[in-house]
Amino acid sequence: MMRTPLGQVRGLGAAKSGTEHFWLQRLTAVANLALSLVFVGVVIALSGSSHAGATALLGNPWIAILMLLFVLSATIHMKIGMQVIIEDYVHDDLLKLVALMANAFFAVVIGLAAAFALLKISFGV
Amino acid sequence: MDSPHAGSGRPLSPHLQIYRPMLSMMMSIVHRITGGALYVGTLLIVIWLVSAASGPSAFSTVQAIYGSILGQLVLFFYTWALVHHALGGVRHLIWDVGHGFGPERELLYRVCLFGGIGLTVLIWIVGYVLKGAAG
Repeated sequence: MMRTPLGQVRGLGAAKSGTEHFWLQRLTAVANLALSLVFVGVVIALSGSSHAGATALLGNPWIAILMLLFVLSATIHMKIGMQVIIEDYVHDDLLKLVALMANAFFAVVIGLAAAFALLKISFGV
Repeated sequence: MDSPHAGSGRPLSPHLQIYRPMLSMMMSIVHRITGGALYVGTLLIVIWLVSAASGPSAFSTVQAIYGSILGQLVLFFYTWALVHHALGGVRHLIWDVGHGFGPERELLYRVCLFGGIGLTVLIWIVGYVLKGAAG
């Protein structure tokens, strides 16, 4: 019996994740609006600062928590955003796969490195 | 008809180079470009944070580079990219809830364009005044 691709999926319903990226991009955008104010404030406060001054401010629990939230929200936001750009402009299948993978790696490395640095400053050692 | 693409004679939809540049399309393009710049620029933030976590000598090296004229120039444009992209994001959020499609659309673009530049300059003035006050 011949089954078309449409026939194979008919009745299974939607994948239920179609708007996930759209929603996550808006969610993190709103979070970024508030958290980037904290980030800009911290950067201004630490412009030309000594190491002791920087670690004292970044090690403050409130500042550290807000900075960690900013890192989380911003890395999710930038990962999705770059994925959209790649999907729009990279048409070669293999190159697209490589670019999408590199994008995911970059976002994870940036997020983890920033989080590790902030935690190390907070916990001393 | 030797190629399915070039010789088919089928009409193609016009692309960017056909259109006269307009504020709306330029702002859309710049929103993407600033997003991409912020993406790459996260490296600067990570280098700064990791140097602070590494110790005084690494941190003072990075502070010196970021405090140099070239460093300040890069950070100035990074600030602008952040503010411009943030205001553009607010514009998108307004559109998402179904507002801002009337004549006020032009105003939204102008707020983003001039507000982005204005706020960036303001942030840097505040930064330098505070730094001056701290000695």
